[in-house]
Amino acid sequence: MNMLAKRIIPCLDVKDGRTVKGINFVNLRDAGDPVELGKAYSEQGADELVFLDIAATHEGRKTFTDMVSRVAAAISIPFTVGGGIHELADVARLLEAGADKVSLNSAALRNPQLVNDIAARFGSQVCVAAIDARHDEDGWYCYVNGGRIRVERTLFDWAREVADRGAGEILFTSMDHDGVKQGFPNEALARLSDELSIPVIASGGAGAKEHFADAFRLGHADAALAASVFHFGEIKIPELKQYLRDEGICVRL
Amino acid sequence: MKVAVVKYNAGNICSVINALRRIGIEPQVTDSATELAAADRIIFPGQGEAVNTMVYLQQSGLGDVIRNLHQPVLGICIGQQLLCAHSEEGHTPCLGIFDSCVCRFPDSCPAGRVKVPQIGWNTIDDLRSPLFDGLKNGDFVYFVHSFYVPECADAIAHTTYGGVTYASALHKANFYATQFHPEKSGDTGLRILHNFIHLCHD
Repeated sequence: MNMLAKRIIPCLDVKDGRTVKGINFVNLRDAGDPVELGKAYSEQGADELVFLDIAATHEGRKTFTDMVSRVAAAISIPFTVGGGIHELADVARLLEAGADKVSLNSAALRNPQLVNDIAARFGSQVCVAAIDARHDEDGWYCYVNGGRIRVERTLFDWAREVADRGAGEILFTSMDHDGVKQGFPNEALARLSDELSIPVIASGGAGAKEHFADAFRLGHADAALAASVFHFGEIKIPELKQYLRDEGICVRL
Repeated sequence: MKVAVVKYNAGNICSVINALRRIGIEPQVTDSATELAAADRIIFPGQGEAVNTMVYLQQSGLGDVIRNLHQPVLGICIGQQLLCAHSEEGHTPCLGIFDSCVCRFPDSCPAGRVKVPQIGWNTIDDLRSPLFDGLKNGDFVYFVHSFYVPECADAIAHTTYGGVTYASALHKANFYATQFHPEKSGDTGLRILHNFIHLCHD
């Protein structure tokens, strides 16, 4: 029997060391401080956190690294950082600051060898391959540059390739579902999860508690990530996890 | 209370240091035999694989230093595996504190495909050690691993994954070890680290 809990992962966008998007959290001294927010989510029972650096400037990157150190000092659950990772030195810098994993998106598609290099140097568990894909007329295709440019790789081929290259997890965002709050792409998720021997994180699309249950039951996802539904308090993590447990899904309470 | 963290080539000890600081301990990170011998508690952490870390421990002499420690030692993750007799990972002879041989998870079980590594929160059960004071069976801790220690006499906790029930924590004499990462296991993990630091030891 597999008792591994399904993970619930809030994702925070960070720019110049501050979280962006209005975040509606009560009892927070500073709702724009990633450390305060990270602690609050950790206390609510988040299983893991993702921080994405959406500033692409050199200055912003340094601030982001400082933030990673502060988060690492304050939080005792795993956290992943992404954004602006182009080479092994970026990974080393973020891990030294205290991150547990790094998430690669466009960089992996531009330079697939980077996945092998990260796995060889730091271990597969460090490398999360983030894939943005859209269901076009001719199938699921990968996109880069925040979804602006289609890459001639199908979601399933690319996911298999990064897994073979040593990625430890796949973070799959469907651009058709992201932000729409109508649920996750469960059919594609299930195919990914069943074909791959590494965990798959469903990202983008959650609007209701039922969507998480579906991602786990129908989509066979190992974890589910969301941003705004948590940030705006539309779904509260303790209630979500209790609901999932009542539905017979193994979660950490 | 002097707490030393063994410095060697198995990456990311940063989170162990951070976790110790959160429970009020400023650890010394060292590979010096003298400093390790002088510490009251020693943590042997790490992520990594068995072959290169064992080569490093042997060539640096650190392996013998660790083997001869008399104060409480806590091995974490690869640290636990390296304290065993042998690892299937690269068919590597290890330090031999625990008699166990470390095995790889199967790729499938009767319930279907097994994802390896196990990544995430799983429960610890059959808890039987002061290391787990204040915890209860079924508490969740964070795991990242492909290899495991089978059930054995030294087990002080069990976990089930991929159809295998295995020893997720070990104890023998002054040596303690966990397959999971207490430093990444929230308050449950901090409690385990606290308990380790405050173990009664003759």
